[in-house]
Amino acid sequence: MEISTRSLWTMVHGMGFGALYLLACSGALVELHRHYQPSAGDAASSQDNVFLRVYLAVMAVLAWLAVLTGGYIVYPWYRAVPPAGTKDMAAFPQRLLMSSPNTIGWHSLGMEWKEHVAWLAPICISMAAYVVFAYGRSLKELPKLRNTVLCFVWISLAAAGVAGFFGAMINKNAPIEGGTTIHIPHGEQR
Amino acid sequence: MKQPGSSSQIANGAGAAAVLAAGIGSFLVGFFAVLADKAPAIKNLMIFAKPTGPLSGVTTCAIVVWLLSWAVLHARWQGRSVALNRVAVSALILLVLGILLTFPPVGDLL
Repeated sequence: MEISTRSLWTMVHGMGFGALYLLACSGALVELHRHYQPSAGDAASSQDNVFLRVYLAVMAVLAWLAVLTGGYIVYPWYRAVPPAGTKDMAAFPQRLLMSSPNTIGWHSLGMEWKEHVAWLAPICISMAAYVVFAYGRSLKELPKLRNTVLCFVWISLAAAGVAGFFGAMINKNAPIEGGTTIHIPHGEQR
Repeated sequence: MKQPGSSSQIANGAGAAAVLAAGIGSFLVGFFAVLADKAPAIKNLMIFAKPTGPLSGVTTCAIVVWLLSWAVLHARWQGRSVALNRVAVSALILLVLGILLTFPPVGDLL
């Protein structure tokens, strides 16, 4: 088995940070809703509160890592410009997508939207993490603030979902390849 | 943050500042993206890191203004109670506008 370093980074960006963030969103929404609604009584113990604070902080770190690895490591490979006269566009995903009317939409709509909307997720979740850090169980008594934070977390899930969907489809149509090849031993046919 | 006794004693200012700043930051991502797309001169100015292109400047500017607005609002509202309805509605409108502006067909209409 072998994998290129660029494929590995794309996986770390999308399936590592991005997918983990998407998975974590559902947990954050459930916990925010369950613990801090006014009818929750004393449901949120201090232990639960510490857990949710750490959980949201980890989500914020994941979201920032996803957009930073995407924007500064993977995206430059995606948008690389081929030298004049290049016929094989396999190593230039953006140009490969733009070379066919059947795939150009994945760039002009998909990547153009994904590259910007993804940045809303870390902004929204950083705010949510801060509010939970600052208020903790007092959020139960501030329903408007809690509901607003919940809306932002929902929208961060949607933004990350858009980015994840288009990222997966773009990589399916024009995979990012190249760089050093990593050979994985013991992958031979048994 | 919490004053024991009644919920009305809990100052929501710090939370409101974070919420409104997040709305401003989200809006600015879309705003700067459209600006860079429409004006070639601004597009060139937004190239902070050449391999990443204008995206580097668009997101860096939005993040810097987001953090600055958060710091200013926090300094003004910390320890106070503000009209959260208005702040929340404004922040959510800014957030939705930010999403719409990042959507290429909407940006193309402008």
